[in-house]
Amino acid sequence: MSSTKKTSYRALSGAEAAAEAMRQINPEVVAVYPITPQTPIIETFARFVANGKVDTSLINAESEHSAMSAVVGASAAGVRAMTATSSQGLAYMAEVCYIASGLRLPIVMAVVNRALSAPLNIHGDQSDAMMLRDSGWIQLFSENAQEVYDNTLIALRLAENKKVLAPAMVMQDGFTTSHAVQNVLTLSDEKVKKFIGEYKPLYPLLDIRHPVTYGALDLFDYYFEHKRQQVEAMENALKVLKLIDREFFSVSGREYSFVEEYRLKDADIAIALMGATAGTAKTVVDKLRNKRIKAGLLKIRLFRPFPAEIIKRALSRVKKLAILDKAIAPGARAAIANEIRAIFAGEKNAPKIQDYIYGLGGRDIGPDDIGKVYKDLAKAKRIGELKKVRYIGLRARSSH
Amino acid sequence: MKLKSWRDIPIGGVIIAAGNAKQFKTGAWRTKKPITDKSKCTNCMRCVIFCPDAAITVKSESDLTDKEKAVFKAKTPVMLDRADYDICKGCGICAEECPVKAIEMVKE
Repeated sequence: MSSTKKTSYRALSGAEAAAEAMRQINPEVVAVYPITPQTPIIETFARFVANGKVDTSLINAESEHSAMSAVVGASAAGVRAMTATSSQGLAYMAEVCYIASGLRLPIVMAVVNRALSAPLNIHGDQSDAMMLRDSGWIQLFSENAQEVYDNTLIALRLAENKKVLAPAMVMQDGFTTSHAVQNVLTLSDEKVKKFIGEYKPLYPLLDIRHPVTYGALDLFDYYFEHKRQQVEAMENALKVLKLIDREFFSVSGREYSFVEEYRLKDADIAIALMGATAGTAKTVVDKLRNKRIKAGLLKIRLFRPFPAEIIKRALSRVKKLAILDKAIAPGARAAIANEIRAIFAGEKNAPKIQDYIYGLGGRDIGPDDIGKVYKDLAKAKRIGELKKVRYIGLRARSSH
Repeated sequence: MKLKSWRDIPIGGVIIAAGNAKQFKTGAWRTKKPITDKSKCTNCMRCVIFCPDAAITVKSESDLTDKEKAVFKAKTPVMLDRADYDICKGCGICAEECPVKAIEMVKE
């Protein structure tokens, strides 16, 4: 079970990959409440606890609000504390998520993205993550189980960095990633232990020789200053993550950056998106390249802090761009479209941009759908002047 | 109090020194001030017990001046001293609870 061998391939689902990283991190406290499709993470981790593979105190909370509260308490006390959730669970945690980030507690949480109710749906989309995009949490999105594992370890280092001290969510797509078994390269326990290092909390509540107060009233005279500090933390996170990614590469041989530029350098047409759909899009890009169509992909891994400069540089030579959001913002542009369009506001040589919404409530998106997006981009002349967003796979008429 | 910049304060709103509640003068919140008529006061200490801010201080008998000894009616080991107006928020609970109506709330 627990490998002390060298780096080795394992057959793991995205959920198991998250749990395996958690086992190797061996946090002092994990507080949990089950919710589909996150449940296999805590089931797997609870087995590690029951089998004595970790030293963790596992708290079965009565709700996600309580689970996050327990994790906040543990983290303030001065230990590593983790949890996992999805959708409604994340919504129920939202209040306490702002407390975690406001108190600057480096909690790492696995989030398995799922549509928000109503209508009730258990399948994958990213609207739950977008709900908390301004909460002061770092948000890393993963394409597959391998990235879930790697991002979890990296997120811990990033969150705990003294210049950052912000909680982090490690995202994976509900079912698509969480329940699909893939080949995953894991590091040895020793390597992980060395990579994450010993946790030294900044203001541990249980250090009675240095008493501190957490959560005091902070009114108009200082609240603003503390929020400004959170902005600074996120700006620092951009610098720190670069260094951690480099260090992770030297440990694992796997190279990460804020975004993945897939055949993007000389691309005329490109798609920008986050999460598992990037895998499908890559196969479509390869097929188009074989037909000598200059297609590319921008996969966003780091959504918060938003790496605007890197994305601007990556897309600067693209002529036509489709931004694919797996979350909807009724009455406004969706999240990724909003961010990328803002980067190019007022720029003369900006790519022509078309917004798309896809995959809501787990609506399947295949190579044909993505192929059609590239086809639309290739033939469109007046792109960007189109007012309306396009919806991939949405029925405009009832079928008979 | 001089206000500090966002660069010069601990992160997270954490207070990193103990015993600083005394720097927080809640007396500024007050609109009405409790005034004790010491000739009516029986030194029963109900106000001391009910005060939510522990703003009413007591003196032990040995610390009393001869003048104070003459004023107080009751003979108890401790005696009502005064309200600490740096802390007293003027809630009026002491005046409400005083059984001999010795405390009056006076507009600041």
